[in-house]
Amino acid sequence: MSWTLIALLLLPLVGGLVVAFLRGNDRLAKTVALAFSLAELVPAVLAWTAFEPGGERLQLTSSADWIPAFGVHLSFGVDGIALVMIALIAFLVPIVIGGSWADKLPEGRSAGGFFALLLVMQTGMVGVFAATDVFVFYVFFEAVLVPMYFLIGRFGGPNRQYAAMKFFLYSLLGGLIMLASVIGLYVVSADKLGSGTFDWATLVTVTRELPLSTQIWLFLGFFVAFAIKAPLVPLHTWLPDAGAEAPVGAGVLLVGVLDKIGTFGFLRYCLPLFPAASKELAPLVLVLAVIGILYGSLLAVGQSDMKRFVAYTSIAHFGFIALGIFAFSSQAGAGAVLYMVNHGISTGMLFLVVGMVMARGGSRLIEDYGGMAKLTPVLGGLFFVAGLSSLALPGTNSFVSEFLVLIGSYPNEPVYTVLAAVGMVLAALYVLWLYQRVFQGPVRGTAMVNLVGGPGAAVDPEKASVPDLNKRELAVLAPLVALILVLGFYPKPVLDVITPSVGATLSEVGVADPVAQEGK
Amino acid sequence: MTTLSMLDPDGGSSGVVAASGIGSLAWLLLALPAFGALVLLVGGKRTDKWGHLLGCATVIAAFAYGVALFFDTLGLDPEQRTTEVHLFDWIPVGALDVEFGLRLDPLSLTFVLLITGVGSLIHIYSIGYMAHEAGRRKFFAYLNLFVAAMLLLVLGNGFVTLYFGWEGVGLASYLLIGWYQYKPEAASAAKKAFLMNRVGDLGLAIAIFIMFKELGTTQYSEVFSRVGELSSAEVLAITLLLLLGACGKSGQFPLQAWLPDAMAGPTPVSALIHAATMVTAGVYLIARSNPIYNLSADGRLVVMIIGGFTLLIGCVIGCAYDDFKKVLAYSTVSQIGYMILAVGLGPVGYALGIMHLLTHGFFKAGLFLGAGSVMHGMNDEGNIRRMGGLAKKMPITFVTWTLGYLALIGFPFLSGYFSKDAIIAAAFSEEGWRGWVFGGVAALGAGITAFYMTRLLCLVFLGKPRWTDLKSEDGREYHPHESGLSMTVPMIVLAIGSVGAGFFFESGDNLSGWLAPSLGELQEQHGVLDHGVVNILVLALSALGVLLGFLLFGRKPQPVERPVRVSFPVRAARADLYGNALNEALFARPGTWLTRALVFVDNKGVDGLVNGSAALLGGSSGRLRRLQTGFVRSYALSMLLGAVFVLGALLMVRFS
Amino acid sequence: MTPTYYLLLSALLFSLGAVGVLVRRNAIVVFMCVELMLNAVNLSLVTFARINGGLDGQVMAFFVMVVAAAEVVVGLTIIMAIFKTRRSASVDDSNLLKY
Repeated sequence: MSWTLIALLLLPLVGGLVVAFLRGNDRLAKTVALAFSLAELVPAVLAWTAFEPGGERLQLTSSADWIPAFGVHLSFGVDGIALVMIALIAFLVPIVIGGSWADKLPEGRSAGGFFALLLVMQTGMVGVFAATDVFVFYVFFEAVLVPMYFLIGRFGGPNRQYAAMKFFLYSLLGGLIMLASVIGLYVVSADKLGSGTFDWATLVTVTRELPLSTQIWLFLGFFVAFAIKAPLVPLHTWLPDAGAEAPVGAGVLLVGVLDKIGTFGFLRYCLPLFPAASKELAPLVLVLAVIGILYGSLLAVGQSDMKRFVAYTSIAHFGFIALGIFAFSSQAGAGAVLYMVNHGISTGMLFLVVGMVMARGGSRLIEDYGGMAKLTPVLGGLFFVAGLSSLALPGTNSFVSEFLVLIGSYPNEPVYTVLAAVGMVLAALYVLWLYQRVFQGPVRGTAMVNLVGGPGAAVDPEKASVPDLNKRELAVLAPLVALILVLGFYPKPVLDVITPSVGATLSEVGVADPVAQEGK
Repeated sequence: MTTLSMLDPDGGSSGVVAASGIGSLAWLLLALPAFGALVLLVGGKRTDKWGHLLGCATVIAAFAYGVALFFDTLGLDPEQRTTEVHLFDWIPVGALDVEFGLRLDPLSLTFVLLITGVGSLIHIYSIGYMAHEAGRRKFFAYLNLFVAAMLLLVLGNGFVTLYFGWEGVGLASYLLIGWYQYKPEAASAAKKAFLMNRVGDLGLAIAIFIMFKELGTTQYSEVFSRVGELSSAEVLAITLLLLLGACGKSGQFPLQAWLPDAMAGPTPVSALIHAATMVTAGVYLIARSNPIYNLSADGRLVVMIIGGFTLLIGCVIGCAYDDFKKVLAYSTVSQIGYMILAVGLGPVGYALGIMHLLTHGFFKAGLFLGAGSVMHGMNDEGNIRRMGGLAKKMPITFVTWTLGYLALIGFPFLSGYFSKDAIIAAAFSEEGWRGWVFGGVAALGAGITAFYMTRLLCLVFLGKPRWTDLKSEDGREYHPHESGLSMTVPMIVLAIGSVGAGFFFESGDNLSGWLAPSLGELQEQHGVLDHGVVNILVLALSALGVLLGFLLFGRKPQPVERPVRVSFPVRAARADLYGNALNEALFARPGTWLTRALVFVDNKGVDGLVNGSAALLGGSSGRLRRLQTGFVRSYALSMLLGAVFVLGALLMVRFS
Repeated sequence: MTPTYYLLLSALLFSLGAVGVLVRRNAIVVFMCVELMLNAVNLSLVTFARINGGLDGQVMAFFVMVVAAAEVVVGLTIIMAIFKTRRSASVDDSNLLKY
């Protein structure tokens, strides 16, 4: 019985409830929320140190009866994959709170409500990754929709109602299809074991014996839900709307963490539970992944709205993750998991800097900006760093993961890998072109002209009154930049945690590494 | 610290052992400039006062350390000159173990000296050249970043570390080309450079994937020792993919278009990155991978074709441009073509390619710095038609530039004479049609080079001044003047190198002997033409080029506006032989259309389906609810009909 | 006298009631017609009870009567309330409960 995960689950929930009662006093509410999110780092660090890479499949486990009649247990535990995701959540939430500190909320909305929802969502996200009972996983899977729905629908941009409803219905549809498969799992286990169970570890031993056709049906139930979450083309269209309308902080968590539930679900549920179906349907997923990479990249090039741009780049990145997961090699799998973490960091940062640009110019449209680097050089520089991480330049975190995904996928899937690698060129195109339009060239665009009070390149940056990043914004971005560089140069500590779990997943699927390790 | 397996079979029997003594500190080479860049970037405006000094100091310190390392290595037996420094495990997953380590051998040390040496000179030059720029320390930060990345490129002990440096120099090049980023053309040029480089990087990356799949490793020592296990098709694929990478970085056909545009950056950048060091990385890559190229004659033939073709188009286009730096840029394209041609020749050419690379590093950097000095004194004017007669105004620049010019066209006993002629001779030493074709192309290129360089000399430094009655774009008059010491001293040093380097490298096979542990012994063969004959032929062609250039441009006054009514070859050359138009038509425009179409499809098609199904549900339920009229009697009727229907159905079942 | 005639009468009364519900507008008349249908059913229940010789049908008839009485109480009250507010006993006038 380990209490670390319980603490990770309960702390933000309590914090959320406390903050919800502080709706009269915005400043106090923010401070308390930040304090709780920072306190969450303590159990997160404890969990990281307590975890033994290469030890038991699931560690830090705890379990209690919930609905004995249906064999439902409130049980939690992590493997290396879930652990790095939980660490990412604990790392991102304080940054999101800091980044949303000075957000202008829609009229009649209090900061207390916003931050309370953020904290409640943190509990939900931790629960999704920590659950080891399929039923509990399903409950958390649906539960995270609620705070996110309100975050988008109450605190979002002009078209927030539409986006929130679309997000909710899409996810709910996927969730219901998954529910059918979850019930199917129970029935199957009752059939084989005599009494039904939702325990993941037990189910893994049961379902792999199933005939292929049953596996495929159950697999598809989970897969559709996860493909909607992770967005794989063509189930992606909710993300640009939700990402664009969500307030920046919620957007960071939406794209940075919430979407990873999908890819995490592939790894934790689709592959080990249905190994035969996974192998059978892998070509389908690979095709979708490669389409996602190229399609998402090309659409990112064509966007005129910065937040939608970030959403489409994410669709491309999720293609890489899916490619890595379904290429069935330890390098690609570890790369995909690392990609999940790195994408949270780099896209999170990209979202935040876009938010900072918008906080100054007041517009989401790219065409309203131009030549901003001259006025706000520090913001320009950090935007560029986020962009470099997004295009996976060596030295930044994303390179390691993208490289691992591609080099690990190549031995099994050379054609898909080469096509996916074209995405590297497109990534450079969309990042640099956005940077050029927003930050380079002469000062232009309506937002910029309003800001500096005069058009043209003749504006003197000394006199223009566009504030560069303040101390709070720097403090929010600094840890992200540090992590981008550290993980770019020395990803070994994270890889050491991930690799054994990915290896265990692959052996559950029953595939061997295409490039064998020799003599080590 | 383990002894690794034996080096490639062709490169002698030097085992790769861990570096000891002074070599074990080799990480300092990378760390010094990287540290400088970090301090300057993070420190921001606080470092404005002393930033440029820190930038210079770190690179000069790296140079000093590099020299010490060089002499240390020189004291060893040739078999022991290849050592490795293991720093840390970078990407270890399963069978893949990418280590972050450095390889110290004659080839990498040669590059270390070139990079830090020329880098130091250009850092010093930049103090003066960039003195009026507001963000000078940022410029030095980027330059330091470049030096660090370039050193990683040449020092890395595996293909992935090379790739790291490879993209790192791409980043530095992007930042420096886009230095004047408020100018749209500079920003576009920077983006173009990065993108075309990325296309090349794709080739390099896929080559790495193949190596991992087939050999399970990406480290040089293991790849080179086990390259024999690859099938010939795989070797050919790797050689071609590496060549694609080299084309991107080195501005070779078909990825040459970015290099002339890159001249939008400040001149020291053009000299360091786009002439002396970064653009020669492709030559380094092929020379470094010599154990792979040795196995594939077909792969090398493609390398030679690319090199030969590029050297020709480079010098043809160079004849037509009126922009000082762009002429030099195309000259660089063409000279790198020579180097690629040389390394494509295989064991007879690797060392020659590297030699030309080094001498080119001296004289081309000098030529660019001279150009920068001229532009600095001419209100940043780059159009050579608005110059003329500057020799008197800028004597030091004129003399150093002319020495570089003579070295480039291969004036006897200057450095280009040794390195370029050796390549042409080696090309003629091939058997059969190859000897004639590649030798002929190389010799022809030498003649055209002499022509366009003479044109440049005449239009800029000789003749009558054409700038006296003109004003620059910002409305100022031209007052050409000699540049300050910090600029002239590097030019003088480079001029000395341009004069003497070739002789030094050539005497007693100094360079090829030194490089033998990395590249294998320089072999000789005798093909279609003898060395002596080639020597005379090239001298004659070059003299012809100089004469023609002088007759056309040196004797009569030239117009300030460039002639509009010109023949087709001139028009084609002015349009980059339609390279850009081709890119535009093949990639840019279809890409734009594709993107627009996809955005439409996504919004109206894919999302339209989603919204459409929602609208369908909403619409049909809207129709259906019209049935609820509110009239009780119609409800009663429907109930009755329903009851009758049910009854009827029951009776049907019973009586049928 | 065969019970068939009772059944025919019951059917006739039911049809009359049904037609009345469908065609008349006055709520009271509609109401009376509903009563007519209920009683027609009662008649057939009693008849079937007689035919089968059991008591079930007769018990059912009592149930129907009780329910009908309760219905009259509630229904008439509603009609009264509607008439008071709208000054009309026409069922077509109270058609607000719709889409």
